[in-house]
Amino acid sequence: MLEAILLTVITAATPLLIAALGELVVERSGVLNLGVEGMMIMGAVTGFAIANVTGSGSLGVLAAIGAGMAMSALFGFLVISLVTNQVATGLALTLLGLGLSGLIGEGFIGVPGQRLPRLEVPGLSDLPFVGPVLFGQDAVVYLALALVILVAFVLFRTRVGLVLRAVGDNHASAHALGYSVQKVRYLAVLFGGGCAGLAGAYMSLAYTPQWVENMTAGRGWIALALVVFASWLPWRVVAGAYLFGAVTVLTFHAQALGIGVPSQLLSSLPYLATIVVLVLISSNRRLTLVNTPACLGKPFVPDR
Amino acid sequence: MRLELVKRAEHSALMAGLSPVVAVMLTMFAGGILFAAAGHDPLLALYKFFIEPLTDTWSLQELVVKATPLVLIACGLSVCYLSNTWNIGAEGQFVAGAILGSVLPVMVPGFQSWLTLPLMLLMGALGGALYALVPALLKTRFNTNEILSSLMLVYVAGLALDYLVRGPWRDPGGYNFPESRMFSAAATMPVLGDGRMSVSALVAVAVVVALAVLLSRTIKGFEIRVIGESPRAGSFAGFSARRMTVFAFALSGALAGLAGIMEVSGSIGQLLPTISPGYGFTAIIVAFLGRLNPLAILVAGLVLALSYLGGEAVQASMGMSDKIADVMQGMLLFFVLACDTLILYRIRLVRGPAASGEERRA
Repeated sequence: MLEAILLTVITAATPLLIAALGELVVERSGVLNLGVEGMMIMGAVTGFAIANVTGSGSLGVLAAIGAGMAMSALFGFLVISLVTNQVATGLALTLLGLGLSGLIGEGFIGVPGQRLPRLEVPGLSDLPFVGPVLFGQDAVVYLALALVILVAFVLFRTRVGLVLRAVGDNHASAHALGYSVQKVRYLAVLFGGGCAGLAGAYMSLAYTPQWVENMTAGRGWIALALVVFASWLPWRVVAGAYLFGAVTVLTFHAQALGIGVPSQLLSSLPYLATIVVLVLISSNRRLTLVNTPACLGKPFVPDR
Repeated sequence: MRLELVKRAEHSALMAGLSPVVAVMLTMFAGGILFAAAGHDPLLALYKFFIEPLTDTWSLQELVVKATPLVLIACGLSVCYLSNTWNIGAEGQFVAGAILGSVLPVMVPGFQSWLTLPLMLLMGALGGALYALVPALLKTRFNTNEILSSLMLVYVAGLALDYLVRGPWRDPGGYNFPESRMFSAAATMPVLGDGRMSVSALVAVAVVVALAVLLSRTIKGFEIRVIGESPRAGSFAGFSARRMTVFAFALSGALAGLAGIMEVSGSIGQLLPTISPGYGFTAIIVAFLGRLNPLAILVAGLVLALSYLGGEAVQASMGMSDKIADVMQGMLLFFVLACDTLILYRIRLVRGPAASGEERRA
């Protein structure tokens, strides 16, 4: 029982982890992309559709990453090149993504899906309890954790990360030093889009291997909240994502156990938990202000 | 080749008027491509989507029915966005208003007097306002991001409505369908015309006029703009950004709640698990297409209402997905935002590689 719960917690947490990690990089570059939900649902439908048509889960995952990046490129063009309002443009991206995914996915409703294969480590996966949990997950779970290490390393241990953070903290100075603020932000936004697409594909190929309209159900928004929760630090995203994965899974199990609470109340717990967590984190100004990128959401027009 | 933005000395009045029109035309063009990609005659589909709904009285009335909530909600949102507060949860406030406003007709169906409907509308507005005050107070008190908290509450409101109509508020004589009892005549908005159009439409027009006056002729309207454009200047003038956040959220929540209860007691007549085809989100597009101006929002509301009817039309007559409407709406917001850039900037295409950045470093 505990083993099964842990397995589902990891599956529930992984899309949140990947999407939030991508958005963390975007926000570190000073761009606020509220379109995570839209990019994620596009990743979900594209991943499902391509995996279904080609019969290959990996191709589906790649296509989903591409779809997320295409969506974010559109967002980047408006926000970075045309300096439109970032909040409004992010919302536009979400509305467009929800509509477009519904249109694309209409033919795939009720079609049985592909499930990503589990990677079994010979010998280790057979160990009792720790085996399936630690060594029997699908590749994306490991990829997500590798991404955390990669992002943390690049952000805080390399020159690239230094430039990225400089662009997010003070775009005018970074520009004066000769760095292309726009180029850095485009790359960050594309990375975030790819991550959101991958997170979406994980929803439709591993979490619940099927296509249901609006199946991300606000997870893109929860990922945005996780970035605040993590106060823009990659390792804390892991903690937040697993915490939320646990909340989601516990509501399922409470439902299955027939606890005398309306199912709608249980279903609303992740959303309420998000608000509570946001309140707890943001009321501590010291914690948030230290790491918040100072130029987050502010438009930048290079002078010549 | 790359884009370069050159700041205009002042706002271009021409572009300010032109940009929503250009955005709508670009959306039609992109929509045509979408129709063609789906294997349909694009011109015929565009005609069915944008023109045919305007050619008979039934659908013109239906246009007003769908525009009413959009205009009401967008009016409230425009006050938020003008004052630089980001209420994204109007969909939830719409539902909250519908729920609180329905307390009387569902729980005390026997109470039928001329007071019933006014009380319902009042409670609906109150429900929306109270629901909107949650993110507002969390923001002013705990510095919580209002975008995320108001949005999370949308999901919570939807689930609460679902619980009520499947549980305690289910119609006892409704064969177990998830719906409340039908509202009595005293609890229903008086109908105008021979369709579903009701007095709600007049309420929306009254709100538009009142808000136009508030924004252009009163100190409050001035305060909204000053705080929106420069919170620092606002604080020097003695305006409080915190109080403005509470005001803007309460007002927009009340209007969304009013729209919610009028929708339920007007064109629907009972509570259902889903009472809105995304009005709260579409109203965001209406607010921006109307350039946050109440009178222009009235026109923008009709344009977006047309997209709902157009979606139904291409579904019924051409067998296309009505999801097309959602895509059109999303594209429209993109084009509106992109075109708005032209108001502040001139765009120049520059040939050759970037002149700044790399070269300067070398």
